[in-house]
Amino acid sequence: MSMQEYKDILHNGLWKQNTGVVQLLGMCPLLAVSNSVVNAVSLGLATAVVMALSGASISPIRNYVPNEIRIPVYILIIAVLVTVVQYVMNAYMYSLYIVLGIFIPLIVTNCIVLARIEAFAGKNPVLPAAVDGLAMGLGLTAVLAVLGGMREIVGHGTLFAGLDLALGEMAKGWVITVIPDYHGFLLAILPPGAFIGLGLLIAGKNYLTLRAERKAKGGNATIAPVDGGCTVGHGG
Amino acid sequence: MFSPFITQASSVRAIMFQVLLALLPAIAVYVWYYGPAILVSITLASITALATEAAMLRLRRRPIAPFLSDNSALLTAWLLALSIPPLAPWWLVVVGTLFAISVSKHLYGGLGSNPFNPAMIGYAVLIISFPVQMTHWITPHGLGQLELSVMEQLRYIFAGQLPAGATLDAVTMATPLDTLKTQLHLGHAVSDILGMPIYGHLAGHGGEMVALAYVLGGAYLLANRIITWHLPLAFLAALFITAGIFHLADPAHYVSPVFHWFSGAAMLGAFFILTDPVTSPTTIRGKFIFAAGAGFLTYIIRVFGGFPDGIAFATLLMNICVPLIDAYTQPPVFGKKAEGKNDSASGKKDMQ
Repeated sequence: MSMQEYKDILHNGLWKQNTGVVQLLGMCPLLAVSNSVVNAVSLGLATAVVMALSGASISPIRNYVPNEIRIPVYILIIAVLVTVVQYVMNAYMYSLYIVLGIFIPLIVTNCIVLARIEAFAGKNPVLPAAVDGLAMGLGLTAVLAVLGGMREIVGHGTLFAGLDLALGEMAKGWVITVIPDYHGFLLAILPPGAFIGLGLLIAGKNYLTLRAERKAKGGNATIAPVDGGCTVGHGG
Repeated sequence: MFSPFITQASSVRAIMFQVLLALLPAIAVYVWYYGPAILVSITLASITALATEAAMLRLRRRPIAPFLSDNSALLTAWLLALSIPPLAPWWLVVVGTLFAISVSKHLYGGLGSNPFNPAMIGYAVLIISFPVQMTHWITPHGLGQLELSVMEQLRYIFAGQLPAGATLDAVTMATPLDTLKTQLHLGHAVSDILGMPIYGHLAGHGGEMVALAYVLGGAYLLANRIITWHLPLAFLAALFITAGIFHLADPAHYVSPVFHWFSGAAMLGAFFILTDPVTSPTTIRGKFIFAAGAGFLTYIIRVFGGFPDGIAFATLLMNICVPLIDAYTQPPVFGKKAEGKNDSASGKKDMQ
Protein backbone atom coordinates (compact mmCIF):
# COMPACT_ATOMS: atom_id res chain seq x y z
CA MET A 1 0.00 0.00 0.00
CA SER A 2 1.22 3.45 -0.80
CA MET A 3 2.01 6.16 1.70
CA GLN A 4 -1.03 8.13 0.57
CA GLU A 5 -3.36 5.31 1.54
CA TYR A 6 -1.93 5.16 5.05
CA LYS A 7 -2.35 8.90 5.28
CA ASP A 8 -5.99 8.51 4.26
CA ILE A 9 -6.52 5.85 6.92
CA LEU A 10 -5.06 8.13 9.56
CA HIS A 11 -7.07 11.12 8.35
CA ASN A 12 -10.26 9.05 8.39
CA GLY A 13 -9.66 7.74 11.87
CA LEU A 14 -8.58 10.96 13.48
CA TRP A 15 -10.89 13.44 11.79
CA LYS A 16 -13.13 12.62 8.83
CA GLN A 17 -14.72 9.44 10.21
CA ASN A 18 -14.00 10.16 13.87
CA THR A 19 -15.76 7.54 15.98
CA GLY A 20 -16.68 9.99 18.72
CA VAL A 21 -18.13 12.97 16.86
CA VAL A 22 -18.92 11.62 13.36
CA GLN A 23 -19.79 7.92 13.54
CA LEU A 24 -21.16 8.27 17.08
CA LEU A 25 -20.14 4.73 17.91
CA GLY A 26 -19.00 3.52 21.32
CA MET A 27 -21.10 6.09 23.17
CA CYS A 28 -21.41 4.07 26.37
CA PRO A 29 -17.76 4.34 27.52
CA LEU A 30 -17.50 7.78 25.96
CA LEU A 31 -20.23 9.13 28.18
CA ALA A 32 -19.49 7.04 31.25
CA VAL A 33 -15.77 7.65 31.78
CA SER A 34 -15.27 11.10 30.29
CA ASN A 35 -15.71 12.86 33.64
CA SER A 36 -11.98 13.60 33.89
CA VAL A 37 -9.09 13.78 31.44
CA VAL A 38 -7.15 10.96 33.08
CA ASN A 39 -10.06 8.51 33.08
CA ALA A 40 -11.04 9.45 29.54
CA VAL A 41 -7.57 9.17 28.02
CA SER A 42 -6.77 5.94 29.85
CA LEU A 43 -9.86 4.17 28.57
CA GLY A 44 -9.37 5.72 25.14
CA LEU A 45 -5.81 4.41 24.90
CA ALA A 46 -6.84 0.97 26.17
CA THR A 47 -9.50 0.88 23.45
CA ALA A 48 -6.98 2.03 20.83
CA VAL A 49 -4.56 -0.73 21.80
CA VAL A 50 -7.31 -3.34 21.61
CA MET A 51 -8.45 -2.02 18.23
CA ALA A 52 -4.95 -2.05 16.75
CA LEU A 53 -4.21 -5.57 18.07
CA SER A 54 -7.57 -6.98 17.00
CA GLY A 55 -7.19 -5.47 13.54
CA ALA A 56 -3.75 -7.04 13.22
CA SER A 57 -4.84 -10.44 14.51
CA ILE A 58 -8.10 -10.79 12.61
CA SER A 59 -6.83 -9.56 9.25
CA PRO A 60 -4.53 -12.61 8.64
CA ILE A 61 -7.31 -15.12 9.32
CA ARG A 62 -10.01 -13.24 7.42
CA ASN A 63 -9.95 -15.69 4.49
CA TYR A 64 -10.20 -18.79 6.71
CA VAL A 65 -13.13 -17.79 8.90
CA PRO A 66 -16.46 -19.09 7.55
CA ASN A 67 -18.68 -16.12 6.82
CA GLU A 68 -21.62 -17.46 8.85
CA ILE A 69 -19.77 -17.62 12.16
CA ARG A 70 -17.39 -14.71 11.72
CA ILE A 71 -19.00 -12.53 14.40
CA PRO A 72 -18.52 -15.03 17.29
CA VAL A 73 -14.98 -15.72 16.08
CA TYR A 74 -14.15 -12.01 15.97
CA ILE A 75 -15.71 -11.38 19.37
CA LEU A 76 -13.76 -14.26 20.89
CA ILE A 77 -10.47 -12.84 19.61
CA ILE A 78 -11.37 -9.33 20.79
CA ALA A 79 -12.31 -10.72 24.20
CA VAL A 80 -8.94 -12.44 24.51
CA LEU A 81 -7.11 -9.21 23.66
CA VAL A 82 -9.23 -7.19 26.10
CA THR A 83 -8.46 -9.71 28.84
CA VAL A 84 -4.74 -9.24 28.13
CA VAL A 85 -5.07 -5.44 28.35
CA GLN A 86 -7.12 -5.82 31.51
CA TYR A 87 -4.46 -7.98 33.20
CA VAL A 88 -1.67 -5.63 32.14
CA MET A 89 -3.53 -2.71 33.70
CA ASN A 90 -4.29 -4.77 36.78
CA ALA A 91 -0.58 -5.51 37.15
CA TYR A 92 1.00 -2.14 36.40
CA MET A 93 -1.72 0.50 36.95
CA TYR A 94 -3.78 -1.01 39.73
CA SER A 95 -5.42 2.17 41.06
CA LEU A 96 -6.45 3.22 37.56
CA TYR A 97 -7.73 -0.29 36.96
CA ILE A 98 -9.97 0.09 40.02
CA VAL A 99 -11.24 3.51 38.89
CA LEU A 100 -12.16 2.37 35.37
CA GLY A 101 -13.65 -0.84 36.74
CA ILE A 102 -16.27 -2.51 34.57
CA PHE A 103 -15.53 -0.30 31.56
CA ILE A 104 -12.28 -2.12 30.75
CA PRO A 105 -13.92 -5.55 30.18
CA LEU A 106 -16.77 -3.73 28.45
CA ILE A 107 -14.39 -2.74 25.63
CA VAL A 108 -15.30 -6.16 24.20
CA THR A 109 -18.86 -5.05 23.66
CA ASN A 110 -17.89 -1.61 22.37
CA CYS A 111 -19.46 -1.60 18.93
CA ILE A 112 -16.68 0.52 17.45
CA VAL A 113 -14.21 -2.36 17.82
CA LEU A 114 -16.39 -4.85 15.97
CA ALA A 115 -17.47 -2.19 13.48
CA ARG A 116 -13.90 -1.55 12.33
CA ILE A 117 -13.18 -5.30 12.14
CA GLU A 118 -16.25 -5.77 9.94
CA ALA A 119 -15.71 -2.66 7.85
CA PHE A 120 -11.94 -2.74 7.47
CA ALA A 121 -9.83 -5.51 9.02
CA GLY A 122 -12.02 -8.24 7.50
CA LYS A 123 -11.21 -6.93 4.02
CA ASN A 124 -7.65 -5.60 4.22
CA PRO A 125 -4.08 -6.84 4.85
CA VAL A 126 -2.48 -6.85 8.28
CA LEU A 127 -0.60 -3.56 8.39
CA PRO A 128 -3.39 -1.30 7.09
CA ALA A 129 -5.82 -3.09 9.44
CA ALA A 130 -3.60 -2.38 12.43
CA VAL A 131 -3.07 1.24 11.40
CA ASP A 132 -6.83 1.69 10.91
CA GLY A 133 -7.59 0.27 14.36
CA LEU A 134 -4.99 2.50 15.95
CA ALA A 135 -6.13 5.62 14.08
CA MET A 136 -9.77 5.03 14.98
CA GLY A 137 -8.82 4.39 18.59
CA LEU A 138 -6.69 7.50 18.77
CA GLY A 139 -9.51 9.53 17.22
CA LEU A 140 -11.79 8.28 19.98
CA THR A 141 -9.12 9.06 22.56
CA ALA A 142 -8.81 12.63 21.29
CA VAL A 143 -12.57 13.22 21.61
CA LEU A 144 -12.57 11.60 25.04
CA ALA A 145 -9.66 13.81 26.13
CA VAL A 146 -11.38 17.03 25.04
CA LEU A 147 -14.72 15.99 26.52
CA GLY A 148 -13.02 14.84 29.74
CA GLY A 149 -11.15 18.15 29.94
CA MET A 150 -14.33 20.19 29.43
CA ARG A 151 -16.26 18.23 32.04
CA GLU A 152 -13.41 18.28 34.54
CA ILE A 153 -12.83 22.03 34.27
CA VAL A 154 -16.52 22.92 34.48
CA GLY A 155 -17.35 20.27 37.05
CA HIS A 156 -14.40 20.41 39.43
CA GLY A 157 -12.31 23.37 38.27
CA THR A 158 -9.24 21.18 37.84
CA LEU A 159 -7.34 19.52 35.03
CA PHE A 160 -5.41 16.22 35.10
CA ALA A 161 -6.72 15.27 38.54
CA GLY A 162 -5.80 11.68 39.36
CA LEU A 163 -2.80 11.58 37.03
CA ASP A 164 -0.91 9.75 39.75
CA LEU A 165 -3.27 6.80 39.19
CA ALA A 166 -1.74 6.32 35.76
CA LEU A 167 1.81 7.56 36.16
CA GLY A 168 2.61 6.87 39.80
CA GLU A 169 3.44 9.09 42.78
CA MET A 170 5.58 11.59 40.88
CA ALA A 171 2.52 12.90 39.01
CA LYS A 172 0.67 13.84 42.17
CA GLY A 173 1.69 17.49 41.95
CA TRP A 174 0.78 17.84 38.28
CA VAL A 175 -2.87 18.64 38.89
CA ILE A 176 -3.69 22.04 37.46
CA THR A 177 -6.28 24.05 39.39
CA VAL A 178 -7.93 26.06 36.64
CA ILE A 179 -10.48 27.83 38.82
CA PRO A 180 -9.34 28.29 42.41
CA ASP A 181 -11.88 28.16 45.25
CA TYR A 182 -14.50 26.56 42.97
CA HIS A 183 -17.84 25.32 44.25
CA GLY A 184 -18.10 22.59 41.64
CA PHE A 185 -20.79 22.27 38.99
CA LEU A 186 -22.12 18.78 39.52
CA LEU A 187 -24.15 18.69 36.31
CA ALA A 188 -20.99 18.53 34.19
CA ILE A 189 -19.77 15.47 36.08
CA LEU A 190 -23.14 13.69 35.90
CA PRO A 191 -24.34 11.96 32.68
CA PRO A 192 -26.28 15.00 31.37
CA GLY A 193 -22.98 16.89 31.26
CA ALA A 194 -21.56 14.19 28.99
CA PHE A 195 -24.48 14.46 26.56
CA ILE A 196 -24.41 18.26 26.49
CA GLY A 197 -20.62 18.30 26.10
CA LEU A 198 -20.69 15.75 23.29
CA GLY A 199 -23.44 17.74 21.55
CA LEU A 200 -21.28 20.86 21.65
CA LEU A 201 -18.27 18.93 20.30
CA ILE A 202 -20.34 17.54 17.40
CA ALA A 203 -21.59 21.04 16.64
CA GLY A 204 -18.01 22.31 16.68
CA LYS A 205 -16.84 19.54 14.33
CA ASN A 206 -19.71 20.19 11.91
CA TYR A 207 -18.94 23.89 11.96
CA LEU A 208 -15.27 23.34 11.12
CA THR A 209 -16.13 20.83 8.37
CA LEU A 210 -18.67 23.15 6.78
CA ARG A 211 -16.26 26.05 6.89
CA ALA A 212 -13.54 23.94 5.28
CA GLU A 213 -15.98 22.91 2.53
CA ARG A 214 -16.88 26.52 1.86
CA LYS A 215 -13.25 27.47 1.58
CA ALA A 216 -12.56 24.53 -0.72
CA LYS A 217 -15.37 25.66 -3.01
CA GLY A 218 -13.61 28.97 -3.35
CA GLY A 219 -16.28 30.88 -1.50
CA ASN A 220 -15.69 34.30 -0.13
CA ALA A 221 -12.83 33.71 2.28
CA THR A 222 -13.17 37.10 3.90
CA ILE A 223 -16.49 36.24 5.55
CA ALA A 224 -16.20 36.19 9.31
CA PRO A 225 -16.30 32.69 10.86
CA VAL A 226 -19.60 33.23 12.67
CA ASP A 227 -21.22 34.50 9.51
CA GLY A 228 -20.04 31.60 7.39
CA GLY A 229 -21.05 28.90 9.84
CA CYS A 230 -24.50 30.21 10.46
CA THR A 231 -25.39 30.86 6.85
CA VAL A 232 -24.45 27.32 5.97
CA GLY A 233 -26.29 26.05 9.04
CA HIS A 234 -29.52 27.69 8.02
CA GLY A 235 -29.22 26.60 4.43
CA GLY A 236 -28.84 23.00 5.50
CA MET B 1 -70.49 47.63 11.78
CA PHE B 2 -70.27 43.93 11.34
CA SER B 3 -69.85 41.29 13.96
CA PRO B 4 -67.97 39.44 15.32
CA PHE B 5 -65.51 41.98 16.52
CA ILE B 6 -61.97 41.13 17.35
CA THR B 7 -61.16 43.67 19.95
CA GLN B 8 -57.77 42.41 21.01
CA ALA B 9 -54.87 41.49 18.85
CA SER B 10 -53.25 38.74 20.88
CA SER B 11 -49.51 38.70 20.43
CA VAL B 12 -46.87 36.75 22.27
CA ARG B 13 -45.76 40.01 23.78
CA ALA B 14 -49.21 40.93 25.13
CA ILE B 15 -49.89 37.44 26.50
CA MET B 16 -46.52 37.19 28.23
CA PHE B 17 -47.06 40.66 29.68
CA GLN B 18 -50.39 39.58 31.17
CA VAL B 19 -48.72 36.56 32.76
CA LEU B 20 -46.00 38.76 34.24
CA LEU B 21 -48.72 41.04 35.57
CA ALA B 22 -50.48 38.07 37.15
CA LEU B 23 -47.32 37.21 39.07
CA LEU B 24 -47.15 40.61 40.77
CA PRO B 25 -49.49 39.86 43.72
CA ALA B 26 -47.47 36.78 44.58
CA ILE B 27 -44.24 38.76 44.40
CA ALA B 28 -45.72 41.41 46.70
CA VAL B 29 -46.73 38.77 49.27
CA TYR B 30 -43.30 37.18 48.89
CA VAL B 31 -41.58 40.48 49.71
CA TRP B 32 -43.83 40.94 52.76
CA TYR B 33 -42.91 37.57 54.23
CA TYR B 34 -39.35 37.01 53.08
CA GLY B 35 -37.89 40.45 52.49
CA PRO B 36 -36.66 42.13 49.31
CA ALA B 37 -34.14 39.41 48.36
CA ILE B 38 -36.65 38.06 45.83
CA LEU B 39 -36.65 41.41 44.00
CA VAL B 40 -32.88 41.17 43.69
CA SER B 41 -33.00 37.65 42.29
CA ILE B 42 -35.81 38.58 39.86
CA THR B 43 -33.73 41.53 38.66
CA LEU B 44 -30.61 39.41 38.29
CA ALA B 45 -32.56 36.73 36.44
CA SER B 46 -34.19 39.28 34.12
CA ILE B 47 -30.90 40.93 33.19
CA THR B 48 -29.25 37.54 32.59
CA ALA B 49 -32.22 36.31 30.56
CA LEU B 50 -32.28 39.35 28.28
CA ALA B 51 -28.51 39.31 27.79
CA THR B 52 -28.47 35.57 27.05
CA GLU B 53 -31.47 35.88 24.74
CA ALA B 54 -29.76 38.67 22.79
CA ALA B 55 -26.48 36.75 22.56
CA MET B 56 -28.20 33.54 21.41
CA LEU B 57 -30.35 35.39 18.84
CA ARG B 58 -27.22 37.01 17.47
CA LEU B 59 -25.43 33.67 17.27
CA ARG B 60 -28.44 32.16 15.50
CA ARG B 61 -28.70 35.21 13.20
CA ARG B 62 -32.28 35.92 14.14
CA PRO B 63 -33.76 39.42 14.44
CA ILE B 64 -32.94 40.56 17.95
CA ALA B 65 -35.38 43.37 18.68
CA PRO B 66 -38.73 41.58 18.06
CA PHE B 67 -37.75 38.42 19.93
CA LEU B 68 -36.11 40.30 22.77
CA SER B 69 -39.19 42.42 23.39
CA ASP B 70 -41.67 39.52 23.35
CA ASN B 71 -41.37 39.16 27.16
CA SER B 72 -40.92 35.38 26.95
CA ALA B 73 -37.35 35.47 28.28
CA LEU B 74 -38.50 37.74 31.11
CA LEU B 75 -41.25 35.29 32.05
CA THR B 76 -38.78 32.41 32.15
CA ALA B 77 -36.51 34.50 34.36
CA TRP B 78 -39.30 35.42 36.77
CA LEU B 79 -40.61 31.86 37.07
CA LEU B 80 -37.12 30.55 37.75
CA ALA B 81 -36.39 33.26 40.33
CA LEU B 82 -39.67 32.46 42.09
CA SER B 83 -38.79 28.74 42.18
CA ILE B 84 -35.40 28.97 43.86
CA PRO B 85 -34.28 30.34 47.25
CA PRO B 86 -33.91 34.12 46.98
CA LEU B 87 -31.24 34.38 49.67
CA ALA B 88 -28.49 32.69 47.72
CA PRO B 89 -25.19 33.74 46.15
CA TRP B 90 -25.87 35.87 43.08
CA TRP B 91 -24.37 33.34 40.67
CA LEU B 92 -26.99 30.73 41.51
CA VAL B 93 -29.85 32.44 39.72
CA VAL B 94 -27.50 33.67 36.98
CA VAL B 95 -26.28 30.15 36.16
CA GLY B 96 -29.83 28.79 36.20
CA THR B 97 -31.18 31.49 33.89
CA LEU B 98 -28.20 31.22 31.57
CA PHE B 99 -28.82 27.50 31.21
CA ALA B 100 -32.59 27.89 30.86
CA ILE B 101 -32.36 30.40 28.02
CA SER B 102 -29.32 29.12 26.12
CA VAL B 103 -29.53 25.34 26.36
CA SER B 104 -33.17 24.51 26.98
CA LYS B 105 -34.64 27.26 24.81
CA HIS B 106 -32.31 28.31 21.99
CA LEU B 107 -30.41 25.08 21.38
CA TYR B 108 -33.81 23.48 20.73
CA GLY B 109 -34.77 26.20 18.26
CA GLY B 110 -36.02 29.11 20.34
CA LEU B 111 -39.49 30.13 21.44
CA GLY B 112 -42.10 27.63 20.26
CA SER B 113 -39.66 24.78 19.59
CA ASN B 114 -38.47 23.90 23.09
CA PRO B 115 -39.86 20.57 24.34
CA PHE B 116 -39.09 21.35 28.00
CA ASN B 117 -40.19 24.25 30.14
CA PRO B 118 -37.02 26.41 30.27
CA ALA B 119 -37.59 27.66 33.82
CA MET B 120 -37.98 24.10 35.09
CA ILE B 121 -34.82 23.00 33.28
CA GLY B 122 -33.02 25.85 35.01
CA TYR B 123 -34.41 24.65 38.34
CA ALA B 124 -33.45 21.04 37.65
CA VAL B 125 -29.88 22.03 36.73
CA LEU B 126 -29.53 24.02 39.94
CA ILE B 127 -31.03 21.43 42.28
CA ILE B 128 -28.79 18.72 40.80
CA SER B 129 -25.64 20.83 40.72
CA PHE B 130 -25.92 22.95 43.87
CA PRO B 131 -28.08 21.03 46.35
CA VAL B 132 -26.67 22.89 49.37
CA GLN B 133 -27.40 26.42 48.14
CA MET B 134 -30.83 25.29 46.94
CA THR B 135 -31.99 24.30 50.42
CA HIS B 136 -31.36 27.59 52.26
CA TRP B 137 -34.78 29.23 52.31
CA ILE B 138 -35.30 32.43 54.27
CA THR B 139 -37.32 32.06 57.45
CA PRO B 140 -40.60 33.92 56.83
CA HIS B 141 -41.51 37.13 58.65
CA GLY B 142 -43.50 36.60 61.83
CA LEU B 143 -41.73 33.58 63.27
CA GLY B 144 -39.81 35.74 65.72
CA GLN B 145 -36.42 34.74 64.40
CA LEU B 146 -33.46 36.77 63.33
CA GLU B 147 -34.40 38.75 60.22
CA LEU B 148 -31.91 40.36 57.88
CA SER B 149 -32.32 43.97 56.79
CA VAL B 150 -32.32 44.98 53.12
CA MET B 151 -28.62 45.82 53.13
CA GLU B 152 -27.74 42.64 54.98
CA GLN B 153 -29.62 40.54 52.44
CA LEU B 154 -27.86 42.36 49.59
CA ARG B 155 -24.48 41.91 51.21
CA TYR B 156 -25.05 38.18 51.55
CA ILE B 157 -26.23 37.79 47.94
CA PHE B 158 -23.32 39.69 46.38
CA ALA B 159 -20.46 39.27 48.83
CA GLY B 160 -21.44 36.16 50.76
CA GLN B 161 -21.13 37.99 54.08
CA LEU B 162 -23.56 37.70 56.96
CA PRO B 163 -23.74 40.21 59.82
CA ALA B 164 -21.59 39.40 62.86
CA GLY B 165 -23.14 36.75 65.07
CA ALA B 166 -25.55 35.47 62.44
CA THR B 167 -25.14 32.11 60.78
CA LEU B 168 -26.85 30.95 57.64
CA ASP B 169 -28.78 28.40 59.66
CA ALA B 170 -30.16 31.16 61.89
CA VAL B 171 -31.72 33.13 59.06
CA THR B 172 -32.79 30.24 56.85
CA MET B 173 -34.79 27.08 57.44
CA ALA B 174 -35.83 23.89 55.74
CA THR B 175 -39.01 24.24 53.70
CA PRO B 176 -42.28 23.08 55.29
CA LEU B 177 -42.26 20.11 52.90
CA ASP B 178 -38.72 19.17 53.91
CA THR B 179 -39.44 19.59 57.61
CA LEU B 180 -42.48 17.37 57.25
CA LYS B 181 -40.40 14.67 55.57
CA THR B 182 -37.64 14.84 58.19
CA GLN B 183 -40.03 14.79 61.15
CA LEU B 184 -41.99 11.88 59.70
CA HIS B 185 -38.72 10.07 59.31
CA LEU B 186 -38.01 10.69 63.00
CA GLY B 187 -41.27 8.93 63.85
CA HIS B 188 -43.54 11.89 64.65
CA ALA B 189 -47.19 11.92 63.63
CA VAL B 190 -48.54 14.41 61.11
CA SER B 191 -50.83 16.09 63.65
CA ASP B 192 -47.89 16.79 66.00
CA ILE B 193 -45.66 18.08 63.22
CA LEU B 194 -48.28 20.51 61.95
CA GLY B 195 -48.36 22.06 65.43
CA MET B 196 -44.86 23.42 64.86
CA PRO B 197 -44.66 27.22 64.47
CA ILE B 198 -43.47 27.07 60.85
CA TYR B 199 -46.89 25.77 59.80
CA GLY B 200 -49.82 28.10 59.27
CA HIS B 201 -53.49 27.41 58.58
CA LEU B 202 -53.23 25.59 55.26
CA ALA B 203 -49.56 24.69 54.88
CA GLY B 204 -46.28 26.43 55.66
CA HIS B 205 -46.48 29.85 57.33
CA GLY B 206 -45.85 32.48 54.65
CA GLY B 207 -45.69 29.99 51.80
CA GLU B 208 -49.44 29.40 51.98
CA MET B 209 -50.11 33.11 51.46
CA VAL B 210 -47.79 33.21 48.44
CA ALA B 211 -49.69 30.20 47.10
CA LEU B 212 -53.00 32.01 47.57
CA ALA B 213 -51.56 34.97 45.66
CA TYR B 214 -50.67 32.59 42.82
CA VAL B 215 -54.31 31.45 42.80
CA LEU B 216 -55.34 35.09 42.54
CA GLY B 217 -52.96 35.58 39.59
CA GLY B 218 -54.26 32.37 38.03
CA ALA B 219 -57.83 33.63 38.36
CA TYR B 220 -56.79 36.80 36.53
CA LEU B 221 -55.28 34.73 33.72
CA LEU B 222 -58.42 32.58 33.52
CA ALA B 223 -60.67 35.64 33.44
CA ASN B 224 -58.60 37.14 30.64
CA ARG B 225 -58.56 33.84 28.75
CA ILE B 226 -54.78 33.68 28.71
CA ILE B 227 -55.02 30.13 30.08
CA THR B 228 -57.90 27.65 30.08
CA TRP B 229 -59.20 25.87 33.14
CA HIS B 230 -58.30 22.35 31.97
CA LEU B 231 -54.64 22.21 32.97
CA PRO B 232 -54.90 23.75 36.48
CA LEU B 233 -58.03 21.76 37.30
CA ALA B 234 -56.65 18.42 36.14
CA PHE B 235 -53.35 19.03 37.93
CA LEU B 236 -54.90 20.10 41.22
CA ALA B 237 -57.51 17.33 41.07
CA ALA B 238 -54.89 14.65 40.44
CA LEU B 239 -52.72 15.98 43.26
CA PHE B 240 -55.77 16.17 45.56
CA ILE B 241 -57.02 12.68 44.75
CA THR B 242 -53.60 11.02 45.06
CA ALA B 243 -52.85 12.82 48.32
CA GLY B 244 -56.43 12.14 49.51
CA ILE B 245 -56.16 8.39 49.02
CA PHE B 246 -52.93 8.22 51.02
CA HIS B 247 -54.30 10.60 53.66
CA LEU B 248 -57.48 8.59 54.16
CA ALA B 249 -55.54 5.35 54.39
CA ASP B 250 -53.09 6.61 57.02
CA PRO B 251 -53.63 10.17 58.31
CA ALA B 252 -50.77 9.87 60.79
CA HIS B 253 -48.21 9.47 58.04
CA TYR B 254 -49.69 11.23 55.03
CA VAL B 255 -50.61 14.88 55.26
CA SER B 256 -53.90 16.24 53.92
CA PRO B 257 -54.36 17.05 50.24
CA VAL B 258 -54.98 20.73 51.05
CA PHE B 259 -51.50 20.91 52.58
CA HIS B 260 -50.07 19.62 49.32
CA TRP B 261 -52.08 22.17 47.36
CA PHE B 262 -50.64 25.11 49.25
CA SER B 263 -47.09 23.78 49.76
CA GLY B 264 -44.06 24.33 47.63
CA ALA B 265 -44.66 25.35 44.04
CA ALA B 266 -47.97 23.50 43.50
CA MET B 267 -50.02 26.62 42.74
CA LEU B 268 -47.20 28.22 40.76
CA GLY B 269 -47.02 25.01 38.75
CA ALA B 270 -50.77 24.71 38.25
CA PHE B 271 -51.36 28.22 36.92
CA PHE B 272 -48.04 29.42 35.54
CA ILE B 273 -45.75 26.52 34.68
CA LEU B 274 -47.92 23.72 33.29
CA THR B 275 -49.91 26.27 31.30
CA ASP B 276 -46.93 27.21 29.14
CA PRO B 277 -48.50 26.87 25.68
CA VAL B 278 -45.28 25.65 24.07
CA THR B 279 -44.62 22.68 26.33
CA SER B 280 -48.19 21.51 27.03
CA PRO B 281 -50.49 19.49 24.73
CA THR B 282 -52.85 21.22 22.32
CA THR B 283 -55.82 18.85 22.53
CA ILE B 284 -58.33 19.05 25.38
CA ARG B 285 -58.04 15.35 26.23
CA GLY B 286 -54.27 15.67 26.02
CA LYS B 287 -54.32 18.55 28.48
CA PHE B 288 -56.18 16.40 31.02
CA ILE B 289 -53.74 13.51 30.64
CA PHE B 290 -50.70 15.82 30.80
CA ALA B 291 -51.76 17.79 33.86
CA ALA B 292 -53.16 14.80 35.74
CA GLY B 293 -49.91 12.93 35.13
CA ALA B 294 -47.95 15.90 36.43
CA GLY B 295 -50.13 16.09 39.55
CA PHE B 296 -49.74 12.40 40.27
CA LEU B 297 -45.96 12.49 39.70
CA THR B 298 -45.59 15.60 41.84
CA TYR B 299 -47.11 13.74 44.78
CA ILE B 300 -44.99 10.65 44.23
CA ILE B 301 -41.74 12.65 43.95
CA ARG B 302 -42.62 14.83 46.95
CA VAL B 303 -43.52 11.99 49.27
CA PHE B 304 -41.28 9.15 48.13
CA GLY B 305 -38.45 11.00 46.37
CA GLY B 306 -35.37 12.72 47.68
CA PHE B 307 -35.96 16.21 46.27
CA PRO B 308 -37.54 19.13 48.14
CA ASP B 309 -40.40 19.51 45.67
CA GLY B 310 -41.71 17.48 42.76
CA ILE B 311 -43.16 20.12 40.44
CA ALA B 312 -40.07 20.60 38.27
CA PHE B 313 -39.32 16.94 37.63
CA ALA B 314 -43.00 16.05 37.20
CA THR B 315 -43.39 18.85 34.67
CA LEU B 316 -40.26 17.83 32.75
CA LEU B 317 -41.27 14.17 32.70
CA MET B 318 -44.70 15.06 31.33
CA ASN B 319 -43.19 17.62 28.90
CA ILE B 320 -41.35 14.86 27.09
CA CYS B 321 -44.61 12.90 26.79
CA VAL B 322 -46.41 15.78 25.08
CA PRO B 323 -45.71 14.79 21.44
CA LEU B 324 -46.94 11.27 22.22
CA ILE B 325 -50.02 12.55 24.08
CA ASP B 326 -50.85 14.90 21.22
CA ALA B 327 -50.45 12.13 18.67
CA TYR B 328 -52.83 9.78 20.51
CA THR B 329 -55.46 12.36 21.43
CA GLN B 330 -55.75 14.04 18.06
CA PRO B 331 -59.48 14.38 17.34
CA PRO B 332 -60.75 13.09 13.96
CA VAL B 333 -61.08 15.67 11.23
CA PHE B 334 -64.58 17.17 11.09
CA GLY B 335 -66.84 15.00 8.95
CA LYS B 336 -64.69 11.93 9.31
CA LYS B 337 -66.01 9.07 11.40
CA ALA B 338 -64.30 7.97 14.56
CA GLU B 339 -61.40 5.54 14.25
CA GLY B 340 -63.22 2.32 15.24
CA LYS B 341 -66.14 2.77 12.87
CA ASN B 342 -63.80 3.67 10.08
CA ASP B 343 -61.95 0.40 10.49
CA SER B 344 -65.04 -1.75 10.11
CA ALA B 345 -66.12 0.28 7.10
CA SER B 346 -62.83 -0.15 5.34
CA GLY B 347 -62.85 -3.82 6.33
CA LYS B 348 -66.13 -4.25 4.52
CA LYS B 349 -64.72 -2.58 1.48
CA ASP B 350 -61.80 -4.98 1.50
CA MET B 351 -64.19 -7.93 1.68
CA GLN B 352 -65.89 -6.82 -1.46
